[in-house]
Amino acid sequence: MSMPLIFEKSRPGRKAYSLPELDVPKKETSDSLPEWARRKQDPSLPEISEVDLIRHFTELSRRNFGVDQGFYPLGSCTMKYNPKINEDVAALPGFNNIHPYQPEELVQGALELMYEFGRDLCEISGMHEASLQPAAGAHGELTGLMIIKAYHESRGEGEKRTKVIVPDSAHGTNPASAAFCGYRVVEVKSDERGGVDLDSLREVISDDVAALMLTNPNTLGLFDENAVEIAEIVHNAGGLLYYDGANMNAIVGIVRPGDMGFDVLHYNVHKTFSAPHGGGGPGCGAIAVKEFLAPFLPVPVVEKQGDRYVLNYNRPQSIGMVKGFYGNFNVMVKGFAYIRSLGAEGLRKVAETAVLNANYVMTKLKEYYNLPYDRFCKHEFVIDSSRQVKHGVHTGDIAKALLDLAFHAPTIYFPLIVREAMMIEPTETESKETLDAFIEAMIKIAELAETSPETLQTAPHHTVVGRLDDVTAARKPIPRWTPPEE
Amino acid sequence: MYPKDLKYTEKHEWVRVEGNEATVGITYFAQDQLGAIVGVGLPDEGIDVEKGSELADLDSMKTADQIFAPISGRIVRVNTALDAQPELLNDDPYGDGWVVVIEMSDVSELDDLMSAEEYEAHVAKEAGE
Repeated sequence: MSMPLIFEKSRPGRKAYSLPELDVPKKETSDSLPEWARRKQDPSLPEISEVDLIRHFTELSRRNFGVDQGFYPLGSCTMKYNPKINEDVAALPGFNNIHPYQPEELVQGALELMYEFGRDLCEISGMHEASLQPAAGAHGELTGLMIIKAYHESRGEGEKRTKVIVPDSAHGTNPASAAFCGYRVVEVKSDERGGVDLDSLREVISDDVAALMLTNPNTLGLFDENAVEIAEIVHNAGGLLYYDGANMNAIVGIVRPGDMGFDVLHYNVHKTFSAPHGGGGPGCGAIAVKEFLAPFLPVPVVEKQGDRYVLNYNRPQSIGMVKGFYGNFNVMVKGFAYIRSLGAEGLRKVAETAVLNANYVMTKLKEYYNLPYDRFCKHEFVIDSSRQVKHGVHTGDIAKALLDLAFHAPTIYFPLIVREAMMIEPTETESKETLDAFIEAMIKIAELAETSPETLQTAPHHTVVGRLDDVTAARKPIPRWTPPEE
Repeated sequence: MYPKDLKYTEKHEWVRVEGNEATVGITYFAQDQLGAIVGVGLPDEGIDVEKGSELADLDSMKTADQIFAPISGRIVRVNTALDAQPELLNDDPYGDGWVVVIEMSDVSELDDLMSAEEYEAHVAKEAGE
């Protein structure tokens, strides 16, 4: 059931807009743009009527799958339901119709929101001051590491501290961010309980360590109870502690990274605080730091002076701006609406329910799937398909089969330390009925693996398109449409 | 699956010795575990590598992994065909899927590598886990 691309529907001269007649003197682009800046030929954009345009994108949207349609247990991504009150608040004209070039006096409400949101993020994490600029989680990681680097440099230790330690159960972006920041990445192994192996950590600790990055709970969904001891080991060697907040949903309102000894963290506002991110963004990777790191935060910082809010650029030790203007404001509004509509009690309940839901599904599924780390999990857990592999059914087949049963697949083949991994994060917003339906689907697939493995190996059977040749797509990608030869 | 004339590492590289040169690739077991390999990050010719250091990056449909140098020396040839055809690593791991040739600086390091029999036992143990 393929459908034509919008480029294939294009017919010369059709258009989906009608502009009013020009009421000012006409100007050619050649009057205002120099020769080198003007295109030689028109861009080949599709030409299509309004009704066909609407039908095209409506049809595409009907083939989409989102959390508003069904269960979306994508581990590590926290695809929780996005309350619609967030959209109402973000659509308020005072938030929606402002421009970053407006003077401070005309956007006091927006600045107040940013200030208060930053204060909330500090309160929730046990930190001192925040920056809302980073556009997503990995951007927050990089910003945090740049602050750590600036701190070491300010003490004359920039040259000496060249290593960043990353556990093998960390988010994949952690080593990438550290390498991008110019650090050498040193990996430490997990112990048999899935936490950081303290002996391995002590072996790699020395005075050349700039920081350790910890995701806690980690990508196995397990909380590292040694967090305080890990922090001490790193601090004693003069290194700093970075907390990857991607899994904050498990601990929000219960325990604070600042109290565990961390010096800087990033949030994924779009995950923990419910802004839509299924299409890849926009996001908000806000960071928060302890007081001694605050001078290095990106500028501008939103500050409160008396009863006015200002953008302060005068921070001589700042690492500078990390994004145009002030970050993705619209995501901040949604995150703030979420925090304030739930309140402290509500946020705590979010974490409790997310953890309860994950443990419920894990306990039900471990009879049918291998559970490599069998202990209480936090908001997500990792099972693998080693029992199903014996029948020739792999994790990829199970993920495809779930699509037939109207569920989004979990995260698969990650974390790398578990072979044939499936990483399942139900989130707090799902009812027991939905969780039970998912459990039933997974049990049905486990039974099919034994009785009819070929059904799974060729799944999905009932989706718009069947099993795609993802290997050829990765090896020989065709990233753009080209017109057929005349 | 594991030719007798090759030597092997615990991390699933193979080594074929000819004079002072060692050809390096990944084993059948390694490519089978990785699944379809879709991208390779190759090192430059002429650089010196130490035993155990990273030699190349692999991207597969399932995961990302590294190849480590089984032996110290200078990289004298690189199989650049893998750039356009990473599938050679899956289809012909001991032939056209070779990765680099290293001019060995210390042939005694070869003594640390495993025979085909030893490697087969190593794989059986790892697969059983």
